[in-house]
Amino acid sequence: MAETTTAPRPVVATHGLWVVLPFAILCAAFLYPLFLIALQAVTGPDGALSLAQPLRVLTTPAFWRAFLNTIEIAVSASAGCVGLGLGLAILLSFVPFPGSRTAARLIETFVALPTFLVALAFTFLYGSAGILNETATTALGLAHPPVDFLYSRWGVVLAEVTVYTPFALRPLLAAFSLIDAAQIEVASSLGAKPLRILRQVILPAALPALLAGGSLCLLLTVNEFGVVLFIGAKGVITLPLMIYDKAIQEFDYPSACVVAVVNVALSLGLFSAYRLIVARIGGRHAGVV
Amino acid sequence: MLTIADRDGAASVAPSATQAAEVAGSSIDFEDVTVSYGGTVVLDRFSLSVAPGEILALIGPSGSGKTTALRAVAGFVRPASGRIRIGEQDITDIPPYARGLGMVVQNYALFPHMRVDQNVAFGLRAQNADPALIATRVGECLELVGMSSFARRYPAQLSGGQQQRVAIARALAIRPRVLLLDEPLSALDAQIRRNMVEELGRLHRDLPNLTVLYVTHDQSEALTLADRIAILRDGRLNAFGPSRSLYQAPTSRFAAEFLGRANLLPVTVSQLDADGVLARVRLGEHSLSVRCELQLAPGHGCLLCIRPHALRLADLPTGNGFRATVETALWQGDTQNVTLRVEGVALNLTVSPSQAMPERGSAVWVDFAPHEATLIADEPAHG
Ligand SMILES: Nc1ncnc2c1ncn2[C@@H]1O[C@H](COP(=O)(O)OP(=O)(O)O)[C@@H](O)[C@H]1O
Ligand SMILES: [Mg+2]
Repeated sequence: MAETTTAPRPVVATHGLWVVLPFAILCAAFLYPLFLIALQAVTGPDGALSLAQPLRVLTTPAFWRAFLNTIEIAVSASAGCVGLGLGLAILLSFVPFPGSRTAARLIETFVALPTFLVALAFTFLYGSAGILNETATTALGLAHPPVDFLYSRWGVVLAEVTVYTPFALRPLLAAFSLIDAAQIEVASSLGAKPLRILRQVILPAALPALLAGGSLCLLLTVNEFGVVLFIGAKGVITLPLMIYDKAIQEFDYPSACVVAVVNVALSLGLFSAYRLIVARIGGRHAGVV
Repeated sequence: MLTIADRDGAASVAPSATQAAEVAGSSIDFEDVTVSYGGTVVLDRFSLSVAPGEILALIGPSGSGKTTALRAVAGFVRPASGRIRIGEQDITDIPPYARGLGMVVQNYALFPHMRVDQNVAFGLRAQNADPALIATRVGECLELVGMSSFARRYPAQLSGGQQQRVAIARALAIRPRVLLLDEPLSALDAQIRRNMVEELGRLHRDLPNLTVLYVTHDQSEALTLADRIAILRDGRLNAFGPSRSLYQAPTSRFAAEFLGRANLLPVTVSQLDADGVLARVRLGEHSLSVRCELQLAPGHGCLLCIRPHALRLADLPTGNGFRATVETALWQGDTQNVTLRVEGVALNLTVSPSQAMPERGSAVWVDFAPHEATLIADEPAHG
């Protein structure tokens, strides 16, 4: 009897076509260029395959500085995004104040703006000839601009936090809006004060969104180019910036390709780590939607 | 928590029941409570006293303000005026987390990422109770609702009825002064709902000191469980009294119709008994005797209220009856429903299924015992 209830087999021909077409487009548009870059990275001057080029690039101190800079800035900026996003999401979702909806909308539209615009705005605000420093030097009669954090890695981190916080905020707002208000009320009637409710009821429910937002920020900041370039902080070279330098300024395409491969690997690694964490949490929350 | 002596005694069979019962229940008093949302008054000078240890059902149609009244006790809505007391304490200005109440809501609101035992332990942990006490109490409360073997499950792995049991255990674990239930069974199937009504009744026999404010729109749950029933209509207390007497002798047309099917016949008072218990009323050409608790003068128009099962069919005129025409007769297995018409008013009557079905269009005699009917003031129908 059980066999009779199984669904009829799908028609193989059409089923296959639906997979092949997108896959072909994916190959042509994405995987093939990626393959060319990887190939370029391991091709010697004589045209033969060789590991000499990657080894030379990967052993330079400049590469390692850029690598560490990238990770440091990405991790700091992502942590900042998650922290700020969480604070804002809690404020916007659970502390009712007039105009909180409008504020949320406004922050969300930030996502639509090009990232370097913020860097530019930062230069106008905090740059050595920006409004803040202009006002300070004329008002206080100072010889040098007093605010100069912008041209350091912290300037880059701050700009990236400003740009990418909405990406952490959005999933959190969505997750918070799905939390049953009755759960919060019941928790409160059971004697839990707001902080405990936040820790034990709200945050666990928002954890997947928190991780999703955080890892999205990490991916975006690891690959960030515009903000770093526009801030132009001295000595703050990241992997994307290094690729640009090698390829466009030094015409050293093979080295640029080696760095690019590392950058892609870093991105994919982070993405896999994120999938793993989400799967783990999914397992721990057994059966939770 | 158990001493050696307890262990040896027979009480160890159900330690939960005996221990939880030690906590004395508290009264709940609404005193002229008014709640409004943005200018709309949803609870209007509402006064009600729930006695310690009783189950009081607050019923009324959807939107009548039941949930609002309950949330005012829990502290989630602030009355614009009036006070709410629990026992001797005025709690109107106390934050919800300091009120010490148990609350159970329609959709259970279990914490999905916590196991059953963690859900039940939540309140005690919030009060920083001793871990040993928490473990004992969680065990007791789960046993009380028959969920001990599900302690390590997650809520999503439980059925609706099981989730509601856990929600009740979670509320009881803090030994609340009063238990507030807001339509706790309305998300369950009819069959499970009937079982849960019985279980709630048993639970209250185990915890006789627990004061329960039970909000529902289902009059049969209220009649089954509650000692007393309060009926809300448009944010006002419409009727209040012991369940049985409110059912048998409703004090308003609204209460009569909300608590079950009621026949309401317009009659005129012709004569009042000397002792003020019975009155004689006129229904068309018939003179009937009926219980009367209203202050009425002869000549006054009012409604004769009588439940369908209190009416009897008769072949011949009897002491307290009238003549009516049969409109329909429906056999429904365990009862027969007969619709009659008298003086232009439709009348429902239920009779035993074994009784011969009256013929459509035929004239029959209907009678009733005077104390099984009551007179109520006429007022516009609800709806
Ligand atoms: N938060 C709220 N804001 C505005 N109106 C509300 C709110 N909660 C309830 N109401 C209104 O108050 C009235 C009573 O609601 P409620 O107490 O939930 O009724 P019940 O529980 O009897 O169905 C309804 O008309 C409802 O629309
Ligand atoms: Mg309600």
